[in-house]
Amino acid sequence: MAFASIFVPNFAVQAAERAEPVLRERAFVLVDGNPPLCRVVAVNKKAAQAGIECGMTKTDAAQFVGAGIRPHSRMQDKSAHAALLDIGWSVSPRIEDTAEDAIVLDLAGSDYLFDSEQGIAIHLMQCSSKCGLLPNVAIALNVETSLIAARGFTGITVVPARQESKYLGDLPVGVLSPSVEIAETLNRWGVHTCGAFARLPVLHLSERLGQEGVRLHALARGAGSRSLAIAEQKSFFEEEMELDDAVEELDPLSFLLGRMLDQLCARLAVRSLAAGAIRARFELQPSFESTLNFRREAVHQKKPPDPYESKLELPIPVRDSKMLLKLLRLRLQSHPPAAPIRKIALAAEPARPRATQGGLFLPRFPEPEKLGLTIARIANVVGEGNIGSPSLADTHRPEEFHMEHFLVSPEATETKQNKSDALRSKKQNRHPKIPASFRAFRPPVPAQLELRAGRPFRVIFRGMRGEVLAASGPWRTSGDWWREDPWQQDEWDLEIDFRSSSSGCDASTNRRPNRGLYRFYYDVLRQGWFVRGVYD
Amino acid sequence: MRSKTAALRLRVESALAGRLSSPFQYHDRRIVETVPAGIPPIDDLTGGLPRGSLTEIYGPPCSGRTSLLVSTLASRTAASEVCALVDAGDAFDPHSAETAGVRLKQLVWVRCRNADQALRATDLLIQGGGFGLIALDLSDTPPHVVRSVPLPVWFRFRRAVESTPTILLVVEQESNAKSCASLVLRLQAQETRWSQTSKDPEGHALPHLSGCLLDGWKSHAEMIRSRAKEDWIPPHAIFVDTAGSCTDFETQAVWNLSHVLSQHGSGGAHRKR
Repeated sequence: MAFASIFVPNFAVQAAERAEPVLRERAFVLVDGNPPLCRVVAVNKKAAQAGIECGMTKTDAAQFVGAGIRPHSRMQDKSAHAALLDIGWSVSPRIEDTAEDAIVLDLAGSDYLFDSEQGIAIHLMQCSSKCGLLPNVAIALNVETSLIAARGFTGITVVPARQESKYLGDLPVGVLSPSVEIAETLNRWGVHTCGAFARLPVLHLSERLGQEGVRLHALARGAGSRSLAIAEQKSFFEEEMELDDAVEELDPLSFLLGRMLDQLCARLAVRSLAAGAIRARFELQPSFESTLNFRREAVHQKKPPDPYESKLELPIPVRDSKMLLKLLRLRLQSHPPAAPIRKIALAAEPARPRATQGGLFLPRFPEPEKLGLTIARIANVVGEGNIGSPSLADTHRPEEFHMEHFLVSPEATETKQNKSDALRSKKQNRHPKIPASFRAFRPPVPAQLELRAGRPFRVIFRGMRGEVLAASGPWRTSGDWWREDPWQQDEWDLEIDFRSSSSGCDASTNRRPNRGLYRFYYDVLRQGWFVRGVYD
Repeated sequence: MRSKTAALRLRVESALAGRLSSPFQYHDRRIVETVPAGIPPIDDLTGGLPRGSLTEIYGPPCSGRTSLLVSTLASRTAASEVCALVDAGDAFDPHSAETAGVRLKQLVWVRCRNADQALRATDLLIQGGGFGLIALDLSDTPPHVVRSVPLPVWFRFRRAVESTPTILLVVEQESNAKSCASLVLRLQAQETRWSQTSKDPEGHALPHLSGCLLDGWKSHAEMIRSRAKEDWIPPHAIFVDTAGSCTDFETQAVWNLSHVLSQHGSGGAHRKR
C-alpha cells in the first residue's frame, strides 16, 4: 500500500500567483501586518534574486525597482488549499489534510486506474498545473517518507520499497522538522543530513535525545508507520477575492470574475464535475454620504450595505468559464449591484456533467450551452420571466399558466409521447379541419355591452362600436371560492359586425376590422364586462 | 486573362474570409426542402413551408393566421423539433395551442412588449440556431409600426436563415418583407359557422337556445408569392403567375372537434358543456 504526498513550496506566493497569474512573470512580495509596520512575509524567486528578503519592511521592499507588492490574503490561501484538496480527491477518496501546503493520499486500489505510480504522480502534477499550482509530488510506502520526500525533492519522486533510507540520506535534517533544541544539538554534533542521523545508534540517541530523538531517527531511516487521518470529502467550490480598491464598472469586474471562474472550472474539471448553478455574493462599499457623516450617533448607527447576492441557474451543467462569464455579465447588466464592490465570492453548485452522444436520426435541436446563452440574452431584452416554456396549471381558472425554464435535450424530445404525437399529427393532417386558435388580450380589455332581452346586442371596446351578429352563451364558470381571489364569470362568444357602426377604430392597431369573433365575459365579482380575446 | 481572373477571385475570397465560407460557390436554389404546415389545403397549395427561408402570413384579425401558425407549431413539435415563438403582443394562448397539439415543452415562448423587442429576440434566436421553426408574431402590432421596420432587417433575417434548416415564419396584418419572403400567404375570413342558426325577427341570433355553439369558421388563403413553386417550373417558361392560386380551409372549435377531444380527454375541452 503506497502513499502520495503533495507539497506546495512557498504556498502563499503560489496562492497569490494562482489568483493573479500575471505575477509569475515579475518579481513580487507579499506583505502582512498593520500599517506602517507591514513586513514582507513571502517573496517569489525573482524577488529573492533581486535581493528582497522576508522580514524587510514594506518601505524597504518598495525601494527595489519593478518589484510588485501585494497584501497577503488569507482568502487566496484558503482557495488554493481547497484546490489542493480537490487535486487529491481527483485520485483517491482517502486523503489527509496534513497542512495548508501539504496533503497525503492513500493510493490503495489506484493501480486499477493508473499504469504505475509514476503515472499517478504525473496525473497529480497535471491536475495541479490546471489549478494554477506547481507542487512537489512524492510516492512512498509510508506516510512520513512520502511527506519528507515531497518537502525535500523538487518535482516528482517515487521512493522504491526498502530504499527509503538511501533516498532520504542526502536531505538536510531540517526536513524532519526537529524541535529547536534537537536541531541545535545535531548541529553541534556535526550531523547535517538524514543519512548521517540515521547511522547514529538508536540506544545512545535515546539516552541523549529521548523518545523524540528515536522518532526522528525512525523518520530519517524511512521507517515511519503512522496511519492517515482521513479528511471528510467536500463538494464545495468557492473562490473569494478581496479588492484593494472597490470596483464599480462592469468591465474591470468581468476581468476579475473571469479569473475566478477559470479557477472554479479548473477545480470542477479536476473532480470530473460541472457547475449546475453559480452563486455570486459581493460585499459592497458603504456609500460616500454615509462615510462623510462623522456625527457620533451616525457612526454608531452606520451599517454596511447589504451584500449583493445572485444565483445563476444553469439549464444544463456547464464547465466552460467563458460561457459562465457571459451569463454572469448578462445577469449583472440586468441586475446591477447598488454600490461599488469590495469583496467577491463565487461559488459553484456541483453537478454531473452532461454526457450525450449525437445520432444521425435525432431531430434538430439547439446546442444546450448556446441555447442557455441565447435565452439569457433575450431575457436581458424582454425581462426575466418573459421567456421560457409555458406550462398549464391544473385548474379551470381562465388564463392560468406558468412560465418554466426551457430545457431541451435530444433524449427528451425523442420520447414515446412524441412518437404518439407524430402519429396524431399525421392523423390530423388528413383531417380537413384544424382546431380554432385563440389570441388572448392581456390584461382583458374593459368593454361596454348593451343587452336586449338578456342577450348582447351592441358592444363598445377599444374605441370601436359594433353590433352582435351571433352569440353563444352565457357559459358560467366559477371557482377558488375558498381563496382570497375567487372568480365567477359568464362567458360569451360573440360575432360582431363593425361595419354597421360609423365611428371608431381599434385603439391598439389603429384599424377597424370589418367583423370579428371575440370572447367576452361578465365578471360577476367585479360587476363589469371584459374582452378575453379574439378567435383567429 | 484566366490568371488575372483567378488572382482577382483569390483576392475577393481572402477579403471575405471569415464572413462568407465560399463566395463563389454556386447554390442551387431550386432544391428547397419543405415541411407540411399541418393544414392539407395549404400544403397542397404551397407544397409546404420552405426551410431556410422567410415565410410571410398576413391578413386581418379573425382570418385564421393564428390557427395556421399554431397548426405549424403542432406539426413541427410533433416531429420532435424545437420551436420558438416570438410574441410581440403577448397574445399566445397556451391552452388552445396545447389543444391543437403543440408540445409546449418543446416551445420557447418569448413574450415581448413591443415590436422592437420582438425583432431583437428574433435576431438572437436565429443567431443561436438549432430551431426547426422560429415564428415572429406581429399580428397585434399596428401596421404602421411594422411598416417602419427597415427593409435591411428583413434581408438580414432572410440571409441569416438561408443556409440553415430553420423556417422563419412571420405573421402580421400586412405584407412587409417584400422580396425577402420566399412564400407569402394572404388570409381572409369567410363565414362563421354556428351549431344553431335560429334568429329572431330582427335577424339576431338567439343565444339562449341550448346547443347554440360556435362551430368554427372558414378562411380563404391566397398564395401571393412562392419562390419554391417558381423554381420548380420548367426552365423555358417565360413568366410565373402565382397570383390567383388560392384555397379555403376550415377551422373547428375544439369542443366540436371529435378527434381532438378523443385524444386530449378533458384537458383540452374545459368548455364542453
